[in-house]
Amino acid sequence: MTSTDKPPVLTLRGIRKSYGPTEVLHGIDLDVRAGEVVALLGENGAGKSTLSHIIAGTIWPSAGTMTWQGAPYAPATPRQAIDLGVGMIHQELRLLEHLSIAENVFVGRTPTRGGIVDRREMEERAHKQLQRLGLDVSPTRLVRGLSTANQQLVEIAKALALNARLLILDEPTAALGGQETELLFRQIERLKADGVAIVYISHRLEEIKRIADRVVVMRDGDKVKEFDSADVAVRTIVEAMVGRSLERMFPPIPTPSGEVVLSVRGLSGANGAFRDVGFEVRKGEIFGIAGLIGAGRTELVRAITGADPIAAGEVFLHGRDVTPRSPRQSIRNGIVLVPEDRKLQGLVLHHSIAENIGYANRRAVSRNGFVTDGAVVRFADEQIRRFGVKGRAQQRADEMSGGNQQKVVLAKWLARDPKVVVLDEPTRGIDVGARSAIYEVIVALAVSGVAVIVVSSDLEEVLGVSNRVLVMAAGRQTGILDRAEANDVTVMELATR
Amino acid sequence: MVTTDRATAGSGLGRLFSLRGATGPLVGLVLLCIFLSFATDSFLSVRNLLNILDQITVLGIMAVGMTFVILIGGIDLAVGSVLALAMMVMGYLSNDMGLPLQLAIVVALIVAAGTGAVSGLLVTAFGVPAFIATLAMMSVARGLANMITDGQQIVGFPGWFNLMAIIRYGGFLTLTVGLMLVVFALGWAFLRYTSAGRSLYAIGGNAEVARLAGINVKLATIGVYVVSGLLAGLAGVVLAARLDSVQPSSGFTYELDTIAAVVIGGTSLSGGTGGIPGTIIGVLIIGVLRNGLNLLGVSPFTQQVVIGLVIALAVAAEALKKK
Repeated sequence: MTSTDKPPVLTLRGIRKSYGPTEVLHGIDLDVRAGEVVALLGENGAGKSTLSHIIAGTIWPSAGTMTWQGAPYAPATPRQAIDLGVGMIHQELRLLEHLSIAENVFVGRTPTRGGIVDRREMEERAHKQLQRLGLDVSPTRLVRGLSTANQQLVEIAKALALNARLLILDEPTAALGGQETELLFRQIERLKADGVAIVYISHRLEEIKRIADRVVVMRDGDKVKEFDSADVAVRTIVEAMVGRSLERMFPPIPTPSGEVVLSVRGLSGANGAFRDVGFEVRKGEIFGIAGLIGAGRTELVRAITGADPIAAGEVFLHGRDVTPRSPRQSIRNGIVLVPEDRKLQGLVLHHSIAENIGYANRRAVSRNGFVTDGAVVRFADEQIRRFGVKGRAQQRADEMSGGNQQKVVLAKWLARDPKVVVLDEPTRGIDVGARSAIYEVIVALAVSGVAVIVVSSDLEEVLGVSNRVLVMAAGRQTGILDRAEANDVTVMELATR
Repeated sequence: MVTTDRATAGSGLGRLFSLRGATGPLVGLVLLCIFLSFATDSFLSVRNLLNILDQITVLGIMAVGMTFVILIGGIDLAVGSVLALAMMVMGYLSNDMGLPLQLAIVVALIVAAGTGAVSGLLVTAFGVPAFIATLAMMSVARGLANMITDGQQIVGFPGWFNLMAIIRYGGFLTLTVGLMLVVFALGWAFLRYTSAGRSLYAIGGNAEVARLAGINVKLATIGVYVVSGLLAGLAGVVLAARLDSVQPSSGFTYELDTIAAVVIGGTSLSGGTGGIPGTIIGVLIIGVLRNGLNLLGVSPFTQQVVIGLVIALAVAAEALKKK
């Protein structure tokens, strides 16, 4: 790579960060050059988020120096960083949905003429940035209703309008489908050609190989490895991330033999997202549901668990009609959902783990309707140990890593000994090492006789854990494949039918 | 973290009276009392402290209901008007219709709870924002209260009624103060020791998470507004006993005092955090402040300014502490 010959635009030397007595970054050195994509990898809690927030000015380092374009760089606020040309695109998009694209691009810095907002100027300049990104939408359009990928591009346009020369992209593809990801990558190539430096954080190693020029791996607050090319075997990178050599990602999947537990007949959603879906899941079976974004998978499982209303069809549990009307009813029947979005649907983030587990297990933590903190904490401690959650019962949910949060969501349901467990995107945003722990829980559930349904956009994951795979396309059920016949080709054929 | 040791987690006194973020207001209350003890001769006397308790009964009872409402992320602007409506229903039934006062009180409480049920239904079944639903109820209840006697007051209740607020049993507790303490205790135990009470924290923290966890969010929401209405009615009965009269203009802007007391006590307007101990402290701060300012001879107009500043300070201090 010739890029390594150029002088870096951003250098970090000995960056440390401590919270109280705990040091989370132990002296990081990093160089980023103009026109290159540096992938920052590591498990959750490795420190990549902290590091990128330091570069973006949202967190101050405890020690160390940074230089930016040859001058000392110590941004006190994100605003200062942005003014100097360093922009960060956060994992959770921060757009104002009820405002137009142009207003979003120039929020807080609206161009004015004589003190009055110059809409035409604003729209023209926004249009120029959108074109630069190949985004063919009107700048006067409202952000609400734009696809996630396009919203992402608007965020990038926003940074570019502020003359960003370095962009930090935090998991930009986490919510994107395959085509959308392609689109984003093409724009990243364009930005590179323009000489914009990019720090790219992602869990998807395959895409890192495609897009990155260099790879930096972090672990436990240290930079453990640096590859001068992304042409490295995925396994090598993963081993650097987890600090041990990997066995197999997926545990062996048991073969179910029991009777039918759950049967879904002619189910259609009230919002029209899926129609006439029917299948059966047996005791101890892991039933995967695959499909592209918008195929209606999430809507289907939400309807089965009572979270969304049903227009037609029935759900039977052991032959008994349990067609749900509310999550409450489903839970009582032993059908539980681990929802897609942990932070919005799975956990009360500013409450403790003990309280979160208690909310779903009110019977277990109360005696004659009375609850004590002691009982809640004891119960939570038990579940925490049982599921290997790293943390204490009194800790707040938002203080934990994604993997541990997901374990808490799992723990809160599994403590009820459910008959059917539905997991929607169980490993989204969770690092590789923690994923296998989640898979182990899934398999353990199946072994204990639970019927498990797993919805995932990660094809490898669905194939890896499922006994059978239901494929959906545009709200229709296009086929059910046995483990033996399911592979990426057969599934994609059905998913695009 | 205060307690990490599992063995002591359930039994420690510190946890039992956990203030859920109201330690700041408690310090403020103590400082205020110390200051007033030195600044006035009469503040620190049994007689005056008992007076303060008498003066906060109405506010204290309403604040318990408001704590529940604010905990689930709602608001109840109707409590001042519902208080007046309950008073008028009680007065009309007993003095104009000749019902026994005890029965009139029961009907008044049912009417007050009913207003809460209507607000709760508006919020849950029709999706009206709590602010608007209870704003509407505030207007309706005040109007109804006025319609009953065409704006006139009613005076002259049986002797025992007024004596509930006067006779100090055991030398210090009036029945009305006792009632407030019972409401405090029940409210505190409900939030802390019942699973229904704990669900309110989940609903306020994130209603969707609560729903998916199997909590009946709609029913709980209606229940909370019913309790708020009921307690506003009970506060109306207490106020009637204290004044030995009822008038439809009673309780004007009491909803704002009540919200202020709850918020000063550390219950977050965005829901999910707070509790009764904090609310009690908030109520005491307002009560002690009013009493102290009177003793210091501060004019009622200046008092309003001071109380406004205290509300702003208390909430700003909490917000700063969180940062």
